[in-house]
Amino acid sequence: MTAAAETRPILRIEGLSAHIAGQQVVEDVSFTVPATGITALLGRNGVGKTSTIKAIIGLIDRTGAVELDGVRIEKEPTFKIIRSGVGYVPEDREVFSKLTVAENLRLAERDDAPRRQLVEDLFPDLLARSAQMAGTLSGGQQQMVSLARALLNTNKILLVDEPTKGLAPKIVAEVAETLAEAAKTVPILLVEQNLHVVRQLAEGSVVLSGGRVVHTGSALGFLDDAELTQRLLGVAAEGPARENSQDNARENTGKTPATTEAAPAGKGAAL
Amino acid sequence: MSTVVLLLFTGLGLGALYFLVAAGLSLIYGLMGVLNFAHGAFLTLGAFAGWEVARRTGSDDWGIFLLSLLVGAAAGAAFAAFTEFVLIRRLYQRHIEQLLITLGLSLAAVALFDGIWGTDPVFIQGPAWFKDTTEILGARVPNDRFVCIIAAVLVLLAMVFFLKNTRYGMIIRAGVENRSMVTALGIDVRKAFTLVFTIGGAAAGLGGVLASHYFGYVSPMLGGSLLIFAFIVTVIGGLGSLTGAAIAAVAVAVLQQFANFYLGGTGDFVVVLALALVLLFRPSGLLGRTS
Repeated sequence: MTAAAETRPILRIEGLSAHIAGQQVVEDVSFTVPATGITALLGRNGVGKTSTIKAIIGLIDRTGAVELDGVRIEKEPTFKIIRSGVGYVPEDREVFSKLTVAENLRLAERDDAPRRQLVEDLFPDLLARSAQMAGTLSGGQQQMVSLARALLNTNKILLVDEPTKGLAPKIVAEVAETLAEAAKTVPILLVEQNLHVVRQLAEGSVVLSGGRVVHTGSALGFLDDAELTQRLLGVAAEGPARENSQDNARENTGKTPATTEAAPAGKGAAL
Repeated sequence: MSTVVLLLFTGLGLGALYFLVAAGLSLIYGLMGVLNFAHGAFLTLGAFAGWEVARRTGSDDWGIFLLSLLVGAAAGAAFAAFTEFVLIRRLYQRHIEQLLITLGLSLAAVALFDGIWGTDPVFIQGPAWFKDTTEILGARVPNDRFVCIIAAVLVLLAMVFFLKNTRYGMIIRAGVENRSMVTALGIDVRKAFTLVFTIGGAAAGLGGVLASHYFGYVSPMLGGSLLIFAFIVTVIGGLGSLTGAAIAAVAVAVLQQFANFYLGGTGDFVVVLALALVLLFRPSGLLGRTS
């Protein structure tokens, strides 16, 4: 990859608005996702995080520009957007409950040479359960299937929506570990309510409020600002949990200058 | 005893016809959410196409009968594929418009068939064996019932094999469960839509040829009269469930025959009552997905 390509954002969203059943759920959202690392998409419940993810891949009606690796994709149907290099891990897993684990994975294979070995290495338990109906798996196992479906293919970006929702702490740690491993090779836009996981994984952050972007910048910089976190998320962030978090925070803050606008009346942050 | 056996086999034969129509209806609704009122027209076209084969060849032997089955299935499949590709595809997620367009198409198709083949029933001759009966436990069962039952069982087995063992079968099963997630895996689900319509149309066309032998005639209204009961079968079996459609088809047809004989011709009423009970106590049908 050239230096220019490395610095160019992998995903650029400009003026994205989305509707569900005539109701506006995302309003004039603009942000970018860098070509490396994990960017957290944060906000209180119901601010439009999941809708933003769905709007990016065209699962709900939307207007605005979506650029993937320099190519406009907003006019394409969902299946073509996915084929252009987007891996999607939906909220609530959405595994096919009446298909076996093996069928769920086979269905997701779109590359000529899917990365079955990688998936087997990351999720050995799935291999043992390949003949089991996905609907009979535990929530954590279903999340592994959902992640495995996205990791089977070579993607330009992963869109991961609340992967730790409803999972036991031990499984949350496993999911976080998997995401950290995946992020070494592919950038991730992560919707996550668990701020400990965000602190552990994310470098950049985009915060939504009222369907709009109200803050962008370093994830650690945001989480370390108790007043800002309380105001935009309604919760106080936990203390630093990542090794060298201060160093990382400084580094990331240097990479991604923070931009905050008044919530909820703020307009989308400038790109 | 002989009456019970006769009613049972007559019911199974009729159930086979219901299944051939309901299988396509169920898969189409399950995958695409389309309530296809034009499905009866696929059956009628298949029946007329099969009859045309016999008429034009001037023969009623087994070879021509088998050819008429193939032509009937092909005619139903072609009509269904045309319907999906030209009319339904433009109306995804617009369920009211889809319903209206399939309803309009069914009316237009009947008018077209009236214009081509006339409004009177056309009587069908099949292989001479069809007119004979086979004695089972004292009952003399018309042979055409066995043909319908065997054909429906073969179609069921073929469909199950297709759904379980092919990639498109897997896509269809997944799509019945969660269509948008199939798309979100990078799969062009529209191809599966066309395929499901085509398979459903082929089964209906095949059912049309068999129905014309079962009832002894073909008319432009043939598909419409079977469609009503196929809808009932689809709902009782569970939308999107092929096995559910097979079980419900047999249950509905046998119940109908027994009620007609023992309860003074109340077969249709009893079937509607069964539908009401299912909707009341098990709205998702016998094997349908729970909402």
